[in-house]
Amino acid sequence: MHNGVINVLLVGVGGQGTILAGRVLSRAAISLGGEVKVSDIHGMAQRGGSVVTQVRFGTRVYSPVMAPGTADFLVAFEKLEARRWLHYLKNDGWLIVNDQELPPLPVLTGAATYPENLIGEMGKKVSNMVVLDALELARRAGNVKAVNMVLMGALARRLPMEREAWEKALAESVPERFLTVNKNAFQLGWEEGL
Amino acid sequence: MRELLIGNHALARGAWEAGLKVAAAYPGTPSTEIIEALAGYPEVYAEWAPNEKVALEVAIGAAIGGARALAAMKHVGVNVAADPLMTLAYTGVNAGLVLVSADDPGLFSSQNEQDNRFYARMAQIPCLEPADSQEVKDMTMLAFELSEKFDTPVMLRLTTRIAHSYSLVELGERREVPLKDYVKQPAKYVMLPAFGKKRHLAVEERRHRLMEYAEITPLNRVEWADRRVGVITSGVAYQYVKEALPGVSVLKLGLSYPLPEKLIRDFVFGVETCYVVEELEPFLEDQIRAQGLPVTGKELVPRVDELSSLIIARTVGAHVAATAPELVAPEFLPAPAATAVGPVRPLAAAGKTAEPTPPLPGRPPLMCPGCPHRGVFYVLKKLDLVVAGDIGCYTLGATPPLNAMDTCICMGASLGVAMGLEKARGTEFARRVVGVIGDSTFLHSGMTGLLDMVYNGSKGTLIILDNGTTAMTGHQDHPGTGYTAAHREAPKADLEAIVRALGVRRVQVVDSYDLEAVEKAVREETEAPEPSVIIVRRPCALIVKGKKGSYTVLPDNCLGCRYCLDLGCPALSFNGIHAVIDPIQCNGCGVCRQVCPSEAIIKAGEEDA
Repeated sequence: MHNGVINVLLVGVGGQGTILAGRVLSRAAISLGGEVKVSDIHGMAQRGGSVVTQVRFGTRVYSPVMAPGTADFLVAFEKLEARRWLHYLKNDGWLIVNDQELPPLPVLTGAATYPENLIGEMGKKVSNMVVLDALELARRAGNVKAVNMVLMGALARRLPMEREAWEKALAESVPERFLTVNKNAFQLGWEEGL
Repeated sequence: MRELLIGNHALARGAWEAGLKVAAAYPGTPSTEIIEALAGYPEVYAEWAPNEKVALEVAIGAAIGGARALAAMKHVGVNVAADPLMTLAYTGVNAGLVLVSADDPGLFSSQNEQDNRFYARMAQIPCLEPADSQEVKDMTMLAFELSEKFDTPVMLRLTTRIAHSYSLVELGERREVPLKDYVKQPAKYVMLPAFGKKRHLAVEERRHRLMEYAEITPLNRVEWADRRVGVITSGVAYQYVKEALPGVSVLKLGLSYPLPEKLIRDFVFGVETCYVVEELEPFLEDQIRAQGLPVTGKELVPRVDELSSLIIARTVGAHVAATAPELVAPEFLPAPAATAVGPVRPLAAAGKTAEPTPPLPGRPPLMCPGCPHRGVFYVLKKLDLVVAGDIGCYTLGATPPLNAMDTCICMGASLGVAMGLEKARGTEFARRVVGVIGDSTFLHSGMTGLLDMVYNGSKGTLIILDNGTTAMTGHQDHPGTGYTAAHREAPKADLEAIVRALGVRRVQVVDSYDLEAVEKAVREETEAPEPSVIIVRRPCALIVKGKKGSYTVLPDNCLGCRYCLDLGCPALSFNGIHAVIDPIQCNGCGVCRQVCPSEAIIKAGEEDA
């Protein structure tokens, strides 16, 4: 942490809900009273590419983006993306990773292969890692699309915000009819992401 | 109340609070959200114009008419709008007019990275460069005041990092600004040579007044700290400097044209060593050097791509650290080699080069499942045609596995490029050339190109990929969709009628999902001895409500030929023996069924039929 700033990097694939997750996280972070900066850089990634959301909060935050090697938390919605962005994680940072494979186009067409044993190798490289089957937990919560909130639950228990701040952020970010499912997913992530 | 807003939404909010009445734009990343947000305010008339030139012209009319007005565009959009802009700089305004240029250093979604501060200098108009969302809002409001005070359009220059980053913004109330009287003033607004000549003198006089203002405005502020090192900076680069070099003195230029010459001179002489840190071109630096001042800038700071705290630390910071390491943020300093305690960490220390990423499969953007453009490019590739492409989702037709595009220059260029290829290489070659353009892009700036093809005797073929929206930027409406920016119904431009009115006699309309029909039309029209247009029509798969039934593979019928994988559909993969369709992703377009040579692909649920 620099100047009391906490850096969270959310990485995933277009369509997985990383941007909504970033929104919930940043709204919860406002409750701390300091500054919050968020950078969604997706470029053309809305067409199924790699999506990255950076959230930084603390007393005084200057740059909207963090430097490689300075993320306190890397929350990966997909394994390959976790590996792609691992160099952003600081030494004693936390990797929270969804044990799910979404093969990119070069893999689908046979031009490349999906790397094996990503979780095992990343486990050797990082000091703190939480692996979740977020898809299964989301299914259990009532909707496979709630993977993002499962991961937010696992992240939330390691951040200084109060539980109420998260619940308020969820209610502000998610349409009423999906709120229960998202709350369930968040709770499952909180419990399973020990 | 504080709210987290991206720069674009902060801009819309500031414009609304400042009493904005009229806004116009053509969608373009990273500027698009400005009009989207403004269209939600009932007090503002916000429109999607067919292109940026028209958008600016609408804003000009509104401002002359006495209403505060705004035109928003991405950096390359200003190229299109440059013609009215240069003369607008002469006429000035009546009510305030703000031109937003959202530049894209780092090319997140653009064809080049140009620094539009040069346009401000070329037009001799003020350029404001905010450094976070709060500043975007404040500067937007101020821009209207400056515009009226100095009788000038004001350029508000954002970059992707400002336009699309969220930071906290204090919200205020809207101030209604009464419509200003319209007074007929031909000598001011009719730029005949005799009048224009006089207005140029007014531009010069205005520039001098702006230079005086630049010296005293709080937009330009000095943050004194350690006097050994000073940095002059602007825009988001200010944030990177503050983060990487927390101890140095900073001159932050919120008004980056015209520059406060005296303030800069005093600052440079007030520090021992002075650096200029700016993204892209040495815009500030060259002007500062022209004052004869000793500064260091682009010798160290890259002229290409986005900057970052890390880049500043490694370039300017490395220089500073040689004499005053305490002025550089510790996490960016190289770790002393002998201080590692305990087991060596697998990752390098923060700020140092972390472990390089091993070769991993890339995740390139691609056409969505069910995208109506996919089959068209499959046919163009199959027929081995030379494809002059354009700007939009369909530019992805250039990437593997389709690889079916030869050129892509700028909005509307497909037609001119196809025409040029034909004129350079003759009619036989022209039979192998097609221009490909989207519906929105055709209305933006394709129509004039098509007129040229007709008028100057082209025998070429244009394919209009009509998916009924401006898809790449996030589904904005345009004159062909039948809706306005505020989603009200509008007269729908008739592409067939437009094309015919431009003089094209051969016009075919085919269904994008029907590969046979597409191929037949392309074969016929490329053979035809006159200019022809094929409109390939299907709504964007992302705007179609309700999913169609997905397709599935009969493993026993699949030959394992992988022809279907040539479509590059994300729902299709190969399990080593046969093709597989992911039912969650499949949008049921059925194009893969048409390319399968062995009837192994059928609609799900029909296995037993």
